[in-house]
Amino acid sequence: MSMQSTYDKPGLLGTYGRDGLMQIILIANTVLMLFPIAIMIMSGFKSNIEIFQQPFAIPDFTNVANFVSMATETEFLRYLMNSFVVTGASIFLLLTLGTMAAYAIARYEFWGSSFLLLFFMAGLMVPLKLAIIPLFILFRDMGILNTHWALIAVYTAMGLPSTVFIMTGFIRTLPRELEDAARMDGASEARIMFSVMIPLCRPAMVIAGIYNLVPIWNDFFFPLVFIQNDALKTLPQGMTSFIGEYSTDWGVMFAGLTLAAAPITLVYIILSKQFINGMTAGAVK
Amino acid sequence: MAQLSLRGVRKNFKNTEVLRGIDLEIHDRELVVFVGPSGCGKSTLLRLIAGLDTITEGEFILNGKSMLNVPPSKRDIAMVFQSYALYPHMNVYDNMAFGAKLMGLSKDEVQKRIAETAETLQLQALLERKPRELSGGQRQRVAIGRALVRKPAVFLLDEPLSNLDAALRSEVRLEIAKLHNNIGGTMIYVTHDQVEAMTLADRIVVLRDGVIEQVGTPRELYETPANAFVGTFIGSPRMSLLKTTREGNRFGVEGSGSVLLPDAPETGAEVTLGIRPDAMSLAPEGSEEGFEAEFEYAEYLGNDAYVYARLGNGTRVSLQGDTKLSPHRPGDKVRLLVDPAEIHYFDSETGRSFRQ
Ligand SMILES: Nc1ncnc2c1ncn2[C@@H]1O[C@H](COP(=O)(O)OP(=O)(O)OP(=O)(O)O)[C@@H](O)[C@H]1O
Ligand SMILES: [Mg+2]
Repeated sequence: MSMQSTYDKPGLLGTYGRDGLMQIILIANTVLMLFPIAIMIMSGFKSNIEIFQQPFAIPDFTNVANFVSMATETEFLRYLMNSFVVTGASIFLLLTLGTMAAYAIARYEFWGSSFLLLFFMAGLMVPLKLAIIPLFILFRDMGILNTHWALIAVYTAMGLPSTVFIMTGFIRTLPRELEDAARMDGASEARIMFSVMIPLCRPAMVIAGIYNLVPIWNDFFFPLVFIQNDALKTLPQGMTSFIGEYSTDWGVMFAGLTLAAAPITLVYIILSKQFINGMTAGAVK
Repeated sequence: MAQLSLRGVRKNFKNTEVLRGIDLEIHDRELVVFVGPSGCGKSTLLRLIAGLDTITEGEFILNGKSMLNVPPSKRDIAMVFQSYALYPHMNVYDNMAFGAKLMGLSKDEVQKRIAETAETLQLQALLERKPRELSGGQRQRVAIGRALVRKPAVFLLDEPLSNLDAALRSEVRLEIAKLHNNIGGTMIYVTHDQVEAMTLADRIVVLRDGVIEQVGTPRELYETPANAFVGTFIGSPRMSLLKTTREGNRFGVEGSGSVLLPDAPETGAEVTLGIRPDAMSLAPEGSEEGFEAEFEYAEYLGNDAYVYARLGNGTRVSLQGDTKLSPHRPGDKVRLLVDPAEIHYFDSETGRSFRQ
């Protein structure tokens, strides 16, 4: 009986507890995650002495000397440019190729189509880093070692499985009659793809894009192996060279890190609305 | 100008036979309705005509030319899909312009045609809207408009009214009939609603399990159904089927006695009588004629009333009753009189009509 009444009238903890606890956990988590980022940004505006004496103090945000020296006295801008080129080309390629492959797998009935999807899926499970030595030899023989092509090729291959997976699933949810309607209207297969399917696939493409963007932008391992020429280095790789050179100047270092993280954060914020819409698109009909 | 002929058309999906030999001629400017129960192959047949699926066996000839290997867009056929299939990312204008532009029409011509179509269908105010900002009836009109703009020789409509509510349905049905009169193209209209079929069609094609059961005008199908299936499919409430055993001109139902039908045609011993509700009535109290039955319930519809009764062998029959309150209680014994002139005689085994 007493059990019954506790169920009937849950205590304060029961009523607010679950939500309240959840809020507290989420807030704590947010603080935990944002703290290093805040420190990174603030330190970017401080001199070395300030960083060590008052690590948590709010800096003078008008003092952009660190950023200026990062941009003018180092190769930072070149690395940034390289990262843009490599990431941009990879994302472009893997979205184009991935969407085309997904469209074919999802829509055309051909022998072995499910095997093909499985083949792509297998790529999700195989760690590419294990193949680094054969890759190295392959790229050397192809003569693209020490060029951006090596990175773009690896990133595209790395991103294809998840892209094909996301896009195939999405395209399968689009009504077939749309394509039939376009076919009746006299559209060629290519036109159906570009005028009808791709515009409708945008949410899924954003998801696939963002999903791959961050790992590619932040990747350190492949440039380290494939790129020796300093002029071709990407940001994460380039930044490590500052650690040696500027181990005494943490302010400039943090300014660089802030700048390196900025583009990706911006893209994420801009696309996040689409991203979230895309994630829930299939959920509510 | 459009003259369609289907000759021995078959369609298999893997191992399942969906269409099993369709022979059909459709004349210019005709409005033909395909009806049949769900899954009988209506949409499949329409898709074959449109060219969206390939024919497994047989021929489809349009204006004297075989359509084998002719892509959908080269057939001068437009289709309105069951789900409308409007391009969600384009506004109404672009939805209608998409096909017209691909036909290679000049920009002015496209504009002119859309303006005309928008006027016919009262879409002028909606041209800038996206499909999701339209009501069901409006989407329906846009879907029809998209087909109209191309001025095709043949219109295919796949259950275009199935997503609309009852009121809108009869309204749009009228519009389609009017449209057919005005533009005069050949129309093939798919539905499983027999009221739509009866009201719209020049000719109705009744399909079942991938074969044509009967082709004819609505009146022909209603008055001379070729078999029991067509008899029950056309007409509402349905025709009742009474399994009888014939002795001379007396037709007996197990447990319900027998009736004398002097004008009955030549039949075998096992005959199924097809009787529509208006060809049957309750006998006056104390009558000894007609079939014995048990009263089940009555339906009062204002201008009409239907009585449902159960025969001795368990068959339920429906008949038109008196709109005045029925004095019968469920379980009461009643007698059912039949009108000999209105009876259809079907072979109990094959279902085929004996008056063919
Ligand atoms: N692509 C396909 N693969 C396999 N079977 C199919 C395919 N399309 C249709 N069928 C089968 O063919 C039969 C006829 O389908 P169809 O869509 O033509 O029916 P319908 O008469 O239009 O029915 P409804 O009134 O429900 O729309 C069904 O049994 C269906 O399962
Ligand atoms: Mg159908």
